[in-house]
Amino acid sequence: MAAPVLRLGCPGTRWALAWVGSGFHHRRGASIGSTSNPTREQSAVTQKPLHTAQKPRKGEHKWEAVVGLEIHAQISSNSKLFSGSQVCFSAPPNSLVSFFDASLPGTLPVLNRRCVEAAVMTGLALNCHINKKSLFDRKHYFYADLPAGYQITQQRLPIAVNGSLVYSVWGGKKRNQMVSRTVRIKQIQLEQDSGKSLHDDLRAQTLIDLNRAGVGLLEVVLEPDLSCGEEAATVVRELQLILQALGTSQANMSEGQLRVDANVSVHHPGEPLGIRTEVKNLNSIRFLAKAIDFEIQRQINELETGGEILNETRSFDCQLGCTVPMRDKEGKQDYRFMPEPNLPPLVLYDSTSLPAGADSQQVINIDQIRDTLPELPSVTRERLVQQYGLLPEHSFTLLNEVGLLEFFQNVIKETRAEPKKVANWVLNTFLGYLKQQNLAVSESPVSPSALAELLNLLDSKAISSSAAKQVFQELWSAEGKTAAQVVSEQKLELMQDLEALDRLCLSTMEGHPQVVMDVKKGNSRAINKLIGLVRKATLSRADPALIKDILEKRLRS
Amino acid sequence: MGSKINELRGQKVSAALKQGQITPTELCRKCLSLIQKTKFLNAYITVSEEVALKQAEESEKRYKKGQSLGDLDGIPIAVKDNFSTSGIETTCASNMLKGYVPPYNATVVQKLLDQGALLMGKTNLDEFAMGSGSTDGVFGPVKNPWSYSKQYREKKQQNPHGESEDSNWLITGGSSGGSAAAVSTFTCFAALGSDTGGSTRNPAAHCGLVGFKPSYGLVSRHGLIPLVNSMDVPGILTRYVDDTAIVLDILAGHDPRDSTTVQEPVKSFILPTLTDVSKLCIGIPKEYLVPELSSEVRSLWSKAADLFESEGAKVIEVSLPHTCYSIICYHVLCTSEVASNMARFDGLEYGHRCDINVSTEAMYAATRREGFNDVVRGRILSGNFFLLKENYENYFIKAQKVRRLIANDFVNVFNSGVDVLLTPTTLREAVPYLEFIKEDNRTRSAQDDIFTQAVNMAGLPAVSIPVSLSSEGLPIGLQFIGRAFCDQQLLTVAKWFEKQVQFPVIQLPQLLDDCSLSLENEKLASTSLKQ
Repeated sequence: MAAPVLRLGCPGTRWALAWVGSGFHHRRGASIGSTSNPTREQSAVTQKPLHTAQKPRKGEHKWEAVVGLEIHAQISSNSKLFSGSQVCFSAPPNSLVSFFDASLPGTLPVLNRRCVEAAVMTGLALNCHINKKSLFDRKHYFYADLPAGYQITQQRLPIAVNGSLVYSVWGGKKRNQMVSRTVRIKQIQLEQDSGKSLHDDLRAQTLIDLNRAGVGLLEVVLEPDLSCGEEAATVVRELQLILQALGTSQANMSEGQLRVDANVSVHHPGEPLGIRTEVKNLNSIRFLAKAIDFEIQRQINELETGGEILNETRSFDCQLGCTVPMRDKEGKQDYRFMPEPNLPPLVLYDSTSLPAGADSQQVINIDQIRDTLPELPSVTRERLVQQYGLLPEHSFTLLNEVGLLEFFQNVIKETRAEPKKVANWVLNTFLGYLKQQNLAVSESPVSPSALAELLNLLDSKAISSSAAKQVFQELWSAEGKTAAQVVSEQKLELMQDLEALDRLCLSTMEGHPQVVMDVKKGNSRAINKLIGLVRKATLSRADPALIKDILEKRLRS
Repeated sequence: MGSKINELRGQKVSAALKQGQITPTELCRKCLSLIQKTKFLNAYITVSEEVALKQAEESEKRYKKGQSLGDLDGIPIAVKDNFSTSGIETTCASNMLKGYVPPYNATVVQKLLDQGALLMGKTNLDEFAMGSGSTDGVFGPVKNPWSYSKQYREKKQQNPHGESEDSNWLITGGSSGGSAAAVSTFTCFAALGSDTGGSTRNPAAHCGLVGFKPSYGLVSRHGLIPLVNSMDVPGILTRYVDDTAIVLDILAGHDPRDSTTVQEPVKSFILPTLTDVSKLCIGIPKEYLVPELSSEVRSLWSKAADLFESEGAKVIEVSLPHTCYSIICYHVLCTSEVASNMARFDGLEYGHRCDINVSTEAMYAATRREGFNDVVRGRILSGNFFLLKENYENYFIKAQKVRRLIANDFVNVFNSGVDVLLTPTTLREAVPYLEFIKEDNRTRSAQDDIFTQAVNMAGLPAVSIPVSLSSEGLPIGLQFIGRAFCDQQLLTVAKWFEKQVQFPVIQLPQLLDDCSLSLENEKLASTSLKQ
């Protein structure tokens, strides 16, 4: 049997990008797949095709993968979606539970304005159409951490629809260009989070924490426009940056503020779409990419060995690095959707439809929210490239690392050094140290001011760049010292005394007549040896270019 | 000369309290003693004696300082046991909520307490308000006080049927039958019911009371344990229309805890006295003239229409062509919401919980089987069936469309110039329990709600007014239906009508003989509510 074209899941390779660059078609307007079907019914519905695969080679069987994402982002808000309970991560269990959250009979939902504004902001940032009227529905299922027996969500008419998200991946023939791509956003809906079940297998009991029950979520449903784990990871990272820039979600995956489910299927190009599986329990971007790639490869292997794909929910086991079927306790689920009778339609206004004399506390004006949108990551990156002449990929790195952009900008503020040079220091040296020690930017022992001072010394040629590296290492390990202190303590300043340097050059030449002869015979590389010897004599404190100048002058004479 | 408690209107008692003719504590004790005497009626599930006496004591202090909180200060009230009451068991007459003590008050309860009203207790109902007889609760059926009235007994002796008296008591109607019996036996001056398809108006008609269903959205549902959220409203049961208006005045208005309440501020509901009805247009819906309607009710309805006409009002026949679909449509919408609303009763957070612990699912199943009666379980089953994906369009969506047609019928009639509709409240007077239980709950509800139910579909205000006694000596009520949020206009017309018909006071000689209050008639007569 011919090997599949896609070699999936190979560690360390950027396999996906090989064909991202070669055959990408914009897929807007294509028929809508059902990956994002919010009812999540278990019927084996297929997805729309994706025409991005490599051109088929003769005699080869070729597979295409179709990936869709459903992303739940916890809204950053002081109180829950429908109750006044506080929202706070890691509070003592069941300490943030109102009567409504515990579903006491007779309690009613009251919509939190902040959550609506967050949804509108996010919708606008993702180029969505904001529905002036949206509705709430009840989605029923019995689960211990769902006290009411239903979740209030927006099944029929969500607050925002038809958006798009632009993201960039490495592409081009040599996979060395940033290529922009677009994933369509089907809808954004407001809904309640559930509580948490803690299963104690030892005592065969389940403990329920309702602190999270009723916290506002934005469910962002993407069309199945993606085709591999890396694309999915990039999209989720971009969404995370947007949510954080907007302040609508902290979007921290490890704290569960951002949760991603992936729908995956494979098929041959031109053939109907394959049966999809849903992969859950993806709690980091890295695992998301791994899980999707594993699942694609698993499906291909399964199909190539004559097996079939079941329409099932699988979870990612991050220890084993594979997806496994989830025990489906309830069998076929019918969520029995019904309009939520206790909430009137959610009506939003724009500046033209705003009723005269409306109390601004009682109405939400979409245009007003649009005017107050902060700078989005794509614009920030564009600005970095324009303003500082950075490479596009550098702008991505600056935004992708939490706090790095702010660090960079703070260094820029305090240094005369060229922004490009600052970027190199921040992205190579500084980030390298952080990565090596697995530290966050906020945990760095070197402050932006300290680095700025160091770069100023370098810029004024007070120290050499190799000395600068040494100073940086010293700053990293000896917290509290300034760059200038390190330079003076370790005598790292460049020799500015030309006469002394001249004397050193002369004595070096006298000490190595053979090398001098070589140079004079025309061996141009021999001068480097002399430069090295002089530098050594200066304890690396002299500028090599300056040494070269002096030596050349002396050798000519 | 002493005045009997049964001759008192709430507002006159209020005046008597203000003038110190009676203290809140005396009044409270009288009512508590009546509750004891009428215990066999099964009107109350919980009697909150201690709470009431303590409230009375505080009320008394206020009166002594001349700082009365208003017309309801010191007035005994009762609350149907599907309204949450902080610290007082709230059962919905179900095993599921036996022992459940809510940590908060329903908004309507809180508003009454804030006015100094005395909470005498929680009244009996059909389980989760699902029924039209107040016969299907876990605490047993409510007996209609009129079964023991002089008026009924006298007629009964004239036409003996040979049944033994004890087993032949009458139902109150329902599901707010406990509240109706409580007001009817003078154990309180007003009671809260709930009304989803007629549950306040129906027992009011059977117990000779005013039963008022406000416009949907006028009165907060927060704390009312729901039956059908989109139709439920808190109802008011009193002996006189003015008393209803006093209570409505307190209850009406926006509640930040109930997003379906009116945003706009509401005006006072205290009623003017109507002297001229000549500018009124009364609509008589022809579809309400059904074959099952008893001839007595039919003739009373007709007389009432004549009365308006003779006083100069315009009385016209109108058509509500879709009302006949109301019951079946209600069945789909009600059971669907019931299936949803009952999902929370899983034994985890509160309420009944079974002993089975092999799995969470097994625990749910057993808890719900033990906690709910057949009626509730049947409705949950039907509702879940209607909400299934494959059925949703054919049942729920269609029912919603029919609901709109029903509501539009009313809009069209009111747009044609009709001010108020006049209809029967029930097909006939109260029937004996033994006869009532010959049919199952569903059949009974379908029959008994036919005049009341469409109003809930449309969210309109409606009130049942006691008109006169039947040949059996039992109360018959007629219903007025008003425009949405024209509750005051509706009650004003009802008040005029009440005055014309002079419905007799229930005579319960064995119970009330020693319950006279030493009030002076002249003073009462000269004391109007708003001086």
